[in-house]
Amino acid sequence: MNPANAQSAVRRGLPEVLVLVGLVVAPFVLPYLGFSPGLMTRILIWGLFGIGFDLLFGYTGLLSFGQAAFYGTGGFMTAYLLTNGIANILVALLAGAAAAAVAGVIIGYLTLRRSGIYFAMSTLAFGEMFFFLENSVLGNFTGGENGIAGVPSPELPLGFATIEISSGMPMYWFVAVFFFVGYLIARRIIRSPFGAVLRAIRGNPKRAIALGHATQHYKLTVFVIAAVYAGVAGGLLGVFQGFMPPDAFAIDTSAQLIIQTVMGGVATLLGPLLGAAIWLYIFDVVQGIAGIGAYWKLILGVIFVIVVTVFRFGVAGALVRLFSRRRTQPTTPVTGVTGTRAEGAGEIAELDVVPAVASETRPVLEARGVTKQYGGLTAVNNVNFSLAEGELHVLIGPNGAGKSTFFAMLTGELPTTSGQVFFRGHEITGIGVTAVCQLGMSKSYQINQLFERLTVRQNVTVPVLARQRGRFKLDMLRGTHHLREVDEQVEAAIELVGLAHCIDSPVAELAYGEKRRLEIGLALATGANVLLFDEPLAGLGPEERVLVVKLLKSIHKNRSIVVVGHDMDAMFQLAERITVLHEGRTLTSGTPDEIRASKEVQTAYLGGVDA
Amino acid sequence: MPSLSLFLSQMFNGLTAGLLLALISAGLTIIYGTLGVVNFAHGALFVVGAYVGYAVYGTTQSFVLAVAVGALVALVVGLILERGLVRLFYDRPPEDQILVTFGVAIILVEIMRGIFGGVNLSVPSPEWGAGIVHLGSLIYPKYRFETLFISAGTLLVLYLLLYRTKIGLIVRAGIEDSLMVSMLGINVKRAFFIVFGLGAMVAGYAGTIDAPIVTLQPDMGFRVLIDSFVVVVIGGIGSFQGAIVGGIIAGEILSLTAMFDPSYSQVMLFVAMALVLIFRPQGIMGVEGRE
Repeated sequence: MNPANAQSAVRRGLPEVLVLVGLVVAPFVLPYLGFSPGLMTRILIWGLFGIGFDLLFGYTGLLSFGQAAFYGTGGFMTAYLLTNGIANILVALLAGAAAAAVAGVIIGYLTLRRSGIYFAMSTLAFGEMFFFLENSVLGNFTGGENGIAGVPSPELPLGFATIEISSGMPMYWFVAVFFFVGYLIARRIIRSPFGAVLRAIRGNPKRAIALGHATQHYKLTVFVIAAVYAGVAGGLLGVFQGFMPPDAFAIDTSAQLIIQTVMGGVATLLGPLLGAAIWLYIFDVVQGIAGIGAYWKLILGVIFVIVVTVFRFGVAGALVRLFSRRRTQPTTPVTGVTGTRAEGAGEIAELDVVPAVASETRPVLEARGVTKQYGGLTAVNNVNFSLAEGELHVLIGPNGAGKSTFFAMLTGELPTTSGQVFFRGHEITGIGVTAVCQLGMSKSYQINQLFERLTVRQNVTVPVLARQRGRFKLDMLRGTHHLREVDEQVEAAIELVGLAHCIDSPVAELAYGEKRRLEIGLALATGANVLLFDEPLAGLGPEERVLVVKLLKSIHKNRSIVVVGHDMDAMFQLAERITVLHEGRTLTSGTPDEIRASKEVQTAYLGGVDA
Repeated sequence: MPSLSLFLSQMFNGLTAGLLLALISAGLTIIYGTLGVVNFAHGALFVVGAYVGYAVYGTTQSFVLAVAVGALVALVVGLILERGLVRLFYDRPPEDQILVTFGVAIILVEIMRGIFGGVNLSVPSPEWGAGIVHLGSLIYPKYRFETLFISAGTLLVLYLLLYRTKIGLIVRAGIEDSLMVSMLGINVKRAFFIVFGLGAMVAGYAGTIDAPIVTLQPDMGFRVLIDSFVVVVIGGIGSFQGAIVGGIIAGEILSLTAMFDPSYSQVMLFVAMALVLIFRPQGIMGVEGRE
């Protein structure tokens, strides 16, 4: 290992080391601030619960209001097994985690059918269902309103001896071990290719799907991971208190988790721990003050609203920002297609293209009678289209001709009302945009669909990962820094679109023209051998236009391309073949010269005054 | 097997409960349908209405006045919220909108707890609702019977307001394309302001109407919120008709399951919601493609 690598390995492991030191030092410092061992243990349990939730909400963007269901399920399973002497502590916690995972699969399957607000509402409702189940149907196991009392203190079987863990500091160390292991695993997850896909889903779920990731699978997996964290935390709660309370299932539990996470800071893994410390400390302190003790929750509510409104990244988020701002050096912008590369980087690799299974007789891409109706409106009407291998085909037509709708049906983003689409002879109608992308066809959008909060490098990593890992892969414990192959492809794609000078800049800081090229870069990085570009020149100034036209020509070498465009000069210069759409129908198709001479086309564009 | 008359009376019971649920959910769906904001403070506004109604009814002995003041206070709270807070969130992600209204819900509930305490309170039925009615073989509390007409009447008024008036037209156009509406010279911001207030008012109104039927407790807000979520997920959020259909279905499920085993009635409600999510994720009256 060379020194630079060793240094970066140390830096990568720094958070883990700091957390370990923090956990060891805390019992010697925090008691002076009024934190008892019991309070610290409770904070760690909430912190562990919160790590899972942060993976779900902070990293993937899924706001669940039903985490109490898994906390309670794991907790009651563990408490039941221990109280009845069925299993030892580790088996009981494992069983609790497994029960929570099963509950996670079921609820996740149901609630993830819709996103956004529906997800929040239905997780809240299903969480409440568990509360009812605990109280009624499952009352014989869970003790209904009484919960499970008398959970024995844990005994660790070590083979040669058994250690009983009493309350107080031993319990703190016991829980701290679980917290630390949970933290290590979560760190691995967020640094893995799997974690990169989660961030892409949060940033722009639509584009993540279009770039070849089966996002539903990822969402369900992270939902189950969060459920497992909740299950273990719930199990530890019962063990820690010697009692499993029914209100673990209550909506208040989910609410407290959300508030703690947001106050502490999302997408930091440690934010929930910090939030729990703030919450429980305020609770302890304010409770003790006569006169306002009853209003502690009101005070927290006000703080929470203020945090959400003006301080969205919470305490930990603010700290991280402060820290990283100090660390980033100003970058010198270099313009032009060939920017400077990072020093020490070797030859830029060639961007891979999915090998085309060429067929002499069949077109690469073919649409037969494709139609899209919205109610009474026919946006695309019985369009036939065919793209030959290696062709650069331009699609033009007045506004509202149905070009973008037609494009979206070719890539499987929109279902067709009728008609079929064939890709190298295989029918791809209705297989969906993810599968189409995996087959080797991708599209850039008229309106940028980027991952705004990620850097250029992270953006381009998303399609490269889809190419190399397929639509879904559970490689959540693998470090991305081991994937040399991915880095090469990412850098090759970025080089190709001329963004090497800003490779580590967040997308939000790019100029519009650069964003436009990144939009194309995302489609290119999928390795697709058939590319559809929806108005790649839209909104660009003259200089940027020249750059993009040059780019389109340069990538044309081993790819078949369809371009939708308005800029007639550029399009006629680029095109080998042109198809004209008008009012949802194919008007005509031919070489640029034929189109230029066509009376029909002139009529369509000039408004049909005379023919 | 239950007798036919029991079955019929439970059906009727379900209808009464269902229309009340529809009324409770109406405000939520009106606000979502127009502004695209899910108001997690909806249940808390219901609680505000119920407690204000309790206080006014206790001091003046006039239930009608209690309903009017309860609705009015919720309206004012809603208007203040829209102008002071929610407006800042129209351009932010839906998760932020949920979080901030959720925080407001905690604040409102805790204020009510501070004023009225955490103990259970009960509101007597108004004089004209006291006693029982005989419907064939069915004996029914009179006030519950009357809520059937109150809910149905209010829903009709809301329907006419949304579908037969100019402001309703603006609101529905605003749902389709708020930018276009504002280009036409209509003040969409003001329309949003009014709609949020209206939704809040309906929540408070439902709270006072419901108060004599339920036990008043500050934490009931979350139960109400969950009930209305179930209703709109079943019916299709943002659709006014969906709230009515979803409310009636939910009411019937609660009532008919209770006929066999009351402990399963809430659980069956969630089962129904799960079935809708599996087979018709957009809700029964929901439009496909709208998130």
